[in-house]
Amino acid sequence: MTTYYTEEHEWIRVEGDSATVGISEHAQEQLGDIVFVELPEVGRRLAKGEQAAVVESVKAASEVYAPVGGEVTEVNTALEDKPELVNQDAEGEGWFFRMTLADPGELDGLMDREAYAKYVESLA
Amino acid sequence: MASLARTPLYDLHRELGARMVPFAGYEMPLQYPAGILAEHRHCRAQAALFDVSHMGQLRIRGEDPATALERLVPADIRGLAVGRNRYTMFTNEAGGILDDLIAGREEDGLFLVVNAARKAADLAHMKAALEPACRVEPVEDRALLALQGPRAAAVLARLEPAVDTLRFMQSGWFELGGVRCRVARSGYTGEDGFEISVPAAAAVELARRLLAAPEVAPAGLGARDSLRLEAGLCLYGHDIDERTTPVEAGLAWTIGRRRREEGGFPGAGTILRQLREGAPRRLVGLRPEGRAPAREGTEIRVPGGEAIGRVTSGGFGPTVGGPVAMGYVDAAHREPGTRLELLLRGRAVAAEVVRLPFVPHRYRR
Repeated sequence: MTTYYTEEHEWIRVEGDSATVGISEHAQEQLGDIVFVELPEVGRRLAKGEQAAVVESVKAASEVYAPVGGEVTEVNTALEDKPELVNQDAEGEGWFFRMTLADPGELDGLMDREAYAKYVESLA
Repeated sequence: MASLARTPLYDLHRELGARMVPFAGYEMPLQYPAGILAEHRHCRAQAALFDVSHMGQLRIRGEDPATALERLVPADIRGLAVGRNRYTMFTNEAGGILDDLIAGREEDGLFLVVNAARKAADLAHMKAALEPACRVEPVEDRALLALQGPRAAAVLARLEPAVDTLRFMQSGWFELGGVRCRVARSGYTGEDGFEISVPAAAAVELARRLLAAPEVAPAGLGARDSLRLEAGLCLYGHDIDERTTPVEAGLAWTIGRRRREEGGFPGAGTILRQLREGAPRRLVGLRPEGRAPAREGTEIRVPGGEAIGRVTSGGFGPTVGGPVAMGYVDAAHREPGTRLELLLRGRAVAAEVVRLPFVPHRYRR
């Protein structure tokens, strides 16, 4: 089980030929209090980089992109009533959706935890 | 980009861990570590301290400043007794709004508080119209603190019990910790509270004394915006601007009876006609169904039909516990209970016109 990160602050945790997607701890901290999450439809086919979800903080709406291509197999319905789960546990209970991997090769361009930590540091 | 100005409380904001953002030419606290929701709720439950020193404070002195200011605003300023304040707006010849402000009568003239982004324009506007019979002077050496919430009066009364004799929209001069301050019982949250004009050099110490009270927490621009939205209060540049009239914005209550009869303010032709015949569109409150906030710019439609306006302020109302919005609609659709639709990311979401404010005002009248 490996977790990768994107420059847009999504994380993707790969288990075999499927993966779980959410936004990073850094992203939730930057967004502040999250009040709404719009999740993709189960069954939707996403291309790498395509807008997959929307996360709204008190301040503003932000788009969440698919880190890789694949099909949405499950969404975190708990976020409908408790969007604050993203603030409380962004890289755990606050996951957004699960998806299949259309092309595992697309993971190659993503950052691992260490590289992402350095990337976040470079933004400060 | 021009460098950002800082208020006398800048270092205190940093010390408190604020996230600073550019706002109206100033570097201002968006939020503190507690976060916008917690700051908002604390203000409704206890008391919150806001730095609003970026706003413009001005004095008008000279020959009959009240009569002079009435040439620029539709409110009854002449009828203001000393220590009384009124919410009003500078209008243009088309009846549009150049800025909104609070004008208060002092022993020696008028004391005005205007929006940060408009203060230079307001000053030029007033100087051109009122000088030389009156002198318009920006108050540069004072900070402005807003202490807001149901516990605000108890907290401030510990420094000076007499402040609690003020009623909503009254003001006076008080010694707070040995410093002479102009205290007005007003604010931008819908709660009871005070706006305190304090000498810049004494602002940090006063802020620290207020923050030391167990009921008080600092709050930033984020909470200020969600609080004012729930209170149904207009934000200049969003809900009101040069293209909206006071009548369209639901601010006809600010136009005094004498002014309705006499006119004599910019745009009186349009504004008085709209008062008699109604405005073609009106600012209304909207409650979207579900949890998705409808942001500024969202299209408002008749269910399944034509566009009738746009959201001018919208977001999540922490006290309401759901999304709230304000926007302009054709007057035919303004009645509370009217079912409308909002177009959110291409999806129609049902919404209902509701009476403003979303959260009842709790002013001390």
